[in-house]
Amino acid sequence: MSQSSTYTGTSDYIAAPDLMQTVNVAVQLSRPLLIKGEPGTGKTMLAQSIARGLDMPLIVWNVKSTTKAQDGLYLYDTVQRLYDGQFGDRDVSDIAQYIKPGKLGEAFKSEERVVLLIDEIDKADLEFPNDLLWELDQMEFGIPETHETVKAVHRPIVLITSNAEKELPDAFLRRCVFHYIEFPDEEMMERIVRVHVPQLDKRLLDLAIQAFYWLRDVPGLQKKPSTSELIDWVQALARGGGDPKEIAARLPFMGVLLKKDHDVDVVQRALSSGRRR
Amino acid sequence: MFTDFFFLLRFYGVPVTVTEWLALMRALALGLAPASLDQFYAVARSILVKSETYFDQYDQAFAAMFKGIETPPQIEDEVWEWLANPLDMPGLTDEERRLLAAALEDVDLEALERLFRERLAEQDEAHHGGNHWVGTGGTSAFGHSGFHPGGIRVGGESRNRSAVKMAGERRYRGYRTDQEVGVRQFELALRRLRQLSSRHEGVPDELDLDETIEETAGNAGRLSLVWRKSRKNAVKVLLLMDVGGSMHPYIRLCSQLFSAVNRSSHFKDLRFYYFHNCVYDCLYLSTSCLMSNAVSTRRVLQELPSDYKLIIVGDAAMAPSELLSRDGVIWRGFGNDEPGIEWLRRLRRHFGHSVWLNTIPEPDWDHAYGSVTIRKVREVFPMFELTVDGLTAATKKLMVRY
Repeated sequence: MSQSSTYTGTSDYIAAPDLMQTVNVAVQLSRPLLIKGEPGTGKTMLAQSIARGLDMPLIVWNVKSTTKAQDGLYLYDTVQRLYDGQFGDRDVSDIAQYIKPGKLGEAFKSEERVVLLIDEIDKADLEFPNDLLWELDQMEFGIPETHETVKAVHRPIVLITSNAEKELPDAFLRRCVFHYIEFPDEEMMERIVRVHVPQLDKRLLDLAIQAFYWLRDVPGLQKKPSTSELIDWVQALARGGGDPKEIAARLPFMGVLLKKDHDVDVVQRALSSGRRR
Repeated sequence: MFTDFFFLLRFYGVPVTVTEWLALMRALALGLAPASLDQFYAVARSILVKSETYFDQYDQAFAAMFKGIETPPQIEDEVWEWLANPLDMPGLTDEERRLLAAALEDVDLEALERLFRERLAEQDEAHHGGNHWVGTGGTSAFGHSGFHPGGIRVGGESRNRSAVKMAGERRYRGYRTDQEVGVRQFELALRRLRQLSSRHEGVPDELDLDETIEETAGNAGRLSLVWRKSRKNAVKVLLLMDVGGSMHPYIRLCSQLFSAVNRSSHFKDLRFYYFHNCVYDCLYLSTSCLMSNAVSTRRVLQELPSDYKLIIVGDAAMAPSELLSRDGVIWRGFGNDEPGIEWLRRLRRHFGHSVWLNTIPEPDWDHAYGSVTIRKVREVFPMFELTVDGLTAATKKLMVRY
């Protein structure tokens, strides 16, 4: 099934050319696209951008640490069936009314082609990606309770994001197309921030970005600030007013950027010892 | 078919499989990387390399394979642009423009364009078999030096940096996991160590309420109990660190590393002790190794039960007498009745899960200074190097008894 449209980015998401190319490769080869990157580099936003760019609905499956592969396929609401059976006001012999499709099931059943985002797959158990292998390959699964097989009407475009908390199994990785979102450089970062905060004084933005990259290079940080934190910070700086020269010297509203006490200590020490640009 | 590239990748340590290679071939057949080496670089990497920790090795293999091939990135676009408006070539003087216009009167641009299209189409099929791309060494009317009025100028200064050049720059060195743990890999090492807090330990002794309800409902209402292992972190760690001279750069890093792990995954208990070159009768409570601030090793062995995970960080490199002789301890005035190796053996016997992390890289263990003692220590403890990969292997080892 050839895809006539290609992904070329959208107005609200700045995508690097090699990322666009990788998305198109994944779509053409009908393989899931695995996206890794530091937290806060816009992986989830990428999915939204791809769905909008290709004009397809987006189904999001937010994986939690307790998620099982089965949850994505379908849920059999046994408790409801038990109650209905005990209190006897519904016909419980038709199991189908107690079967609810999970996100993957929804994507398969959809009449139009969808983009399915499996977000933060590494949060779940180690076995989780392996449990999904068959279904992702064959694009179908069976429901033993109702003897039906759910087959994908259109093969969904599968996007998987990972924060690399855990190693993903090899068998799973083999089937994916992989992209690593590198941390943007200063020029790219300026474009990204402008998309989110359009009305911004250029001088303020330049100073903020400079201070931000200095901050990321401070040795000993446990959690480096990321793109989304920079955007929040810039907005705080713009609203809070104050002298732009103070930005590099004092890093006002530091709590927006640094979320760990240890990191705040390290940065305070670095600022007071005069190691600033 | 570039099969040389496949083997070169494996040689440099990228775990490529045949399935992935075939997927790449299919991608090329579908025309997903038609016009440039840069596109091929990106497409091949996205299909063959599944972790950024291998990006550097990929770059090394790529540079070795395609060394010396320089092609402009978007040949086709440039050519179509030029063909649409041949006199608009940038950088021409008026005189040159006049000459060009005169020469072009004799040239049928449409025929040229057709010829170029045919040549490109040929190349698409041919490049499966060989190592040459459009642009390297012009063919007849398609070259790039000065300008040929009767031909098409292809190439010249590329606006973007070529893939081969970028591969040579090796921008992804910091992502590798097989080199010494430095500040950059701190976070990565941190995540690996978090694996020490696993939920697979312990007996199932907690009632799993949700599963119980499910089972009961599935059982037509008759009660069916389901148990699960509790999620509390039961891991206890004892960390012994060598503070001998050669260890100075690593001490701070290691204590930060383990404290950070502790803060985030909350081991049930984490203990730090220090020693100098080898463990003898005392363990020091601070890096200055003062007798006044020490505790007897025997006391530690009595106090801590054997389910503590023992991690020793040191270079295991010392004069053989320090390890193997009585009174071998390096400082005058202190004696030890039993050789250091006896103490190490005692530690190993007591703590069933124990590993030694060595700051010296593994290839040097056999011939660096101290190779004699390193070998002896390896007979007692499983030894791993202090890289992210080594930490991963050590963590796995710690979860398995002996």
